[in-house]
Amino acid sequence: MDKPFDNRAWFFVLPVFVLVAISAIIPLMTVVNYSFQDTFGNNVFFWAGFEWYADVLASDRFRSALLRNLLFSAIILLIEIPLGIAIALCMPRKGVWVSVCLVLMALPLLIPWNVVGTIWQVFGRSDIGLLGRSLEFVGIDFNYGQSAIQSWIIVVMMDVWHWTSLVVLLCYSGLVAIPEAYYQAARIDGASRWKVFLHIQLPKMQRVLLIAVLLRFMDSFMIYTEPFVLTGGGPGTTTTFLSIDLVKMAIGQFDLGPAAAMSIIYFLIILLLSWVFYTVMTNFGVNAADRPEADR
Amino acid sequence: MARITLDALAHSYSPNPTGPADYALKQIDYAWEDGGAYALLGPSGCGKTTLLNIISGLLSPSSGRILFDERDVTGLSPERRNIAQVFQFPVIYDTMTVAENLAFPLLNRGVERAEVDKRVSEMLETLDLTTQARRRARGLNADEKQKISLGRGLVRYDVNAILFDEPLTVIDPHMKWQLRTKLKELHEQFAHTMIYVTHDQTEALTFADKVVVMYEGEVVQIGTPEQLFDEPEHTFVGYFIGSPGMNILPGRIEGSTVTVAGRQIDLGRDYPAVEEPIEIGIRPEFVAVREAREAGTSGVPMSVRTVEDIGRYKIVRGEIEGGRLDAVIDESDSVPTSAAAVFDPARINVYRDSHLLRARG
Amino acid sequence: MLELVDVGKQVGGETHIADVSLTLETGSLNILLGPTLAGKTSLMRLMAGLDKPTRGDILMNGESVLGRSVRKRSVAMVYQQFINYPTLTVYENIASPMRIAGRDRGTIESKVREAAELLKLEELLDRTPLNLSGGQQQRTALARALVKEAELVLLDEPLANLDYKLREELREELPRLFARTGAILVYATTEPHEALLLGGKTATMAEGRVTQFGTTIDVYNRPHDLHTAETFADPPLNTAPVRKRGTELRLGDRTLGPAPESLPDGDYTVAIRPHHVSLQPGSIGGLSLPVRVDSTEITGSETFIHVSMGPESWVVLTHGVHRVDKGQDLSIHLDPAQFYLFDADGLLVRSPRRHDEAA
Repeated sequence: MDKPFDNRAWFFVLPVFVLVAISAIIPLMTVVNYSFQDTFGNNVFFWAGFEWYADVLASDRFRSALLRNLLFSAIILLIEIPLGIAIALCMPRKGVWVSVCLVLMALPLLIPWNVVGTIWQVFGRSDIGLLGRSLEFVGIDFNYGQSAIQSWIIVVMMDVWHWTSLVVLLCYSGLVAIPEAYYQAARIDGASRWKVFLHIQLPKMQRVLLIAVLLRFMDSFMIYTEPFVLTGGGPGTTTTFLSIDLVKMAIGQFDLGPAAAMSIIYFLIILLLSWVFYTVMTNFGVNAADRPEADR
Repeated sequence: MARITLDALAHSYSPNPTGPADYALKQIDYAWEDGGAYALLGPSGCGKTTLLNIISGLLSPSSGRILFDERDVTGLSPERRNIAQVFQFPVIYDTMTVAENLAFPLLNRGVERAEVDKRVSEMLETLDLTTQARRRARGLNADEKQKISLGRGLVRYDVNAILFDEPLTVIDPHMKWQLRTKLKELHEQFAHTMIYVTHDQTEALTFADKVVVMYEGEVVQIGTPEQLFDEPEHTFVGYFIGSPGMNILPGRIEGSTVTVAGRQIDLGRDYPAVEEPIEIGIRPEFVAVREAREAGTSGVPMSVRTVEDIGRYKIVRGEIEGGRLDAVIDESDSVPTSAAAVFDPARINVYRDSHLLRARG
Repeated sequence: MLELVDVGKQVGGETHIADVSLTLETGSLNILLGPTLAGKTSLMRLMAGLDKPTRGDILMNGESVLGRSVRKRSVAMVYQQFINYPTLTVYENIASPMRIAGRDRGTIESKVREAAELLKLEELLDRTPLNLSGGQQQRTALARALVKEAELVLLDEPLANLDYKLREELREELPRLFARTGAILVYATTEPHEALLLGGKTATMAEGRVTQFGTTIDVYNRPHDLHTAETFADPPLNTAPVRKRGTELRLGDRTLGPAPESLPDGDYTVAIRPHHVSLQPGSIGGLSLPVRVDSTEITGSETFIHVSMGPESWVVLTHGVHRVDKGQDLSIHLDPAQFYLFDADGLLVRSPRRHDEAA
């Protein structure tokens, strides 16, 4: 739909534009600047070209962090998406309990992220944490600070606890939009619950699922606060994700050049993977909008 | 095929109904004969969709029973009642092709593949969709999608009944004609019990052998299209069926003479004595409009408000002493300047308290 | 007065509207008649200013309104789906256009009451749309359009979601309601019957084009082409392909009727309306044709008999009830003077005599 041209619209955009410029674009440009330069201190910079980029891409440290991120995102998506769909399917669509369920689902999303990390830190401790203590009781020696597998398990569990609700809420909104007539027709056609899910619910949830997958992928790939608070990247480097590594480099070691280069590379990777994801999923059959009269 | 019996069936949507106003469907006792074509006709909110959903099992009645061939099915779910239902909006499975859509209900019931293929190709042919068999159902237009919905219901030969809930609402007038004829042919071919819910009288009257007219949760009259047209038992039926509806005018009756708009008309049949004022009903098709002088004493002076030429015929809308009057005249007739309405005495119905009063003997 | 000059709309590769030129007079009732996806809604959106045409110009009272936004135009639109502000009462819904225009309280009060009375909503002013029936919701939308006193009122199949009898009632009231304001009324519908009942002028549309525009009954009686004739026919027109040779029209080996010498020989299409075909032998010069009955539909006052005449399927519409059996062979009778004749390109060559005379 093309509306007649109205120049006043630009004035509405201007404040946002200024804010975004100050808080995002200018700092981004600064980072790009640093990524191409080197310094010996005393604010003296000289051109380094693509040296930092080459260094970062060749380093083992970067590659293993990248692999960790990819593995993490894959696990997260494999758990959260089906789990989210399953929970959304169980939620009531009508009546008093709807509001109750929605509020319960929204709660984990409202907690500040570092608080989430702290909650799970305490939760996992074998002396005072509920999880740690019960596992001790059953005979499992739970000390995620020392075991790679256990640290991964607790980080994954934390993310699932924190973010599955988002998937649930998105899928729920998709489900609620399905007209009752489809379910009635399916009952009359004698379709089993599984077939109803496969042929009615899942296709109709396509659009919202796309959003859910995209959001969860991007957020999980960029994850920082929660694992940092929970494990600090340890034990060793087992839960050191790209973001954590980056911060260590930039602020801990004050290597601005490589850190800046790594930031840019990180940014480009996310952009590329998101674009690939989006293209693949939209070609899986989400339709373009129809003409006005066709909507009956 | 089955005979469907409604035994003291009633339904209220509120958990504690206190009076008639709480009932969406007031008590109904009726038996639908096996293989008949029925229509449930009435305005929005009259309870027809509620009744249909009770028959199909999507809704459980708050009181009464429903029986298929002597078997009490009141507690059975829709799948177990073996019925098919076609909804107002085309309901198709997006992920499947046209042929797969039609095969779906059969495959769910474990019918053999060979039999399924045979029935599906027959149905595709009946619906003129053979060329579209392999297309994704999602890409079709509204008419074709509704045909698929229809086909899914009909592909099961052994259904007890097929229920239609205003299925032609989204269809264009031209396609409506074709689909209606197709439905009729299908009924003749398969002889299923078919129950068709609509608020469109043309659809109801052309489709059904018997029409059930409903109003505010009650069944007002059940009859063939001719019965409903010639002898509506209630003024509501007279008004609802026919376009324009029946003219209702106040009058008095004595013996075989009815007095209306100051004129006395001999009906040729004897009526029981009635003291109070009555109403007469006469359809616009049976009101002739003549030149006042020519009509003489049998004509009632009429002031004409508008004449609508709708091609096939003309509708004359006007007033006489006693109220509004509509008349339907031939397309080639013209309306005289001083007009008088002449009623056909054989077509005048007498109503006392909105109910039809029958002649004696 | 609203003028559309050579208006067209292309979206992507598709043509939604093409070559539309119309002049709508002030105070007139104009009907857009055509099947779904013919372009009625697209055209109305162009008239309202919700979309811009890719070609052509739209003039209101002589001035081009293309650059003007919808908010600046004097337009009201009523939709098929009872659009009202769900959180406002009926009173506030009707008052909304006036509040936006900044009218004073006294005027608002009196105009709302006036509109409510005209549309029989006086008892319902305190309710919200969700607590109203379909008919009442649509009446509220109509009242809101009425008080705006717009120069152009667009109604997009406003009665399609209402039940049959309610539709009849509102259809009678609508033209009267808006006639008082002197607005240009544009009404879109798919039903020929509705167009005929409303009267006014009709523009038949097909595939984004206007095929004919004129007084409704004229377009019905004298369609310019076969397409328009078929759009305007309910029940569908009975057609048959014929070949003219000399003074005769032949269908296969039968003579279907006389043809004027002046017409060139060749292929034509005859069309006749179902109610001009009868089961009874008619007047002198009547033609009988043998047919086979496919099915019958009885409405109580009329009977539709579907017959086949070779490969052609025809419909016979008779008064009263006639029962015939499926598969029965019988003869139908008609007067060739009632034939419409269309040439090979679908253009009208001859219409039934009385319409020719009248025109």
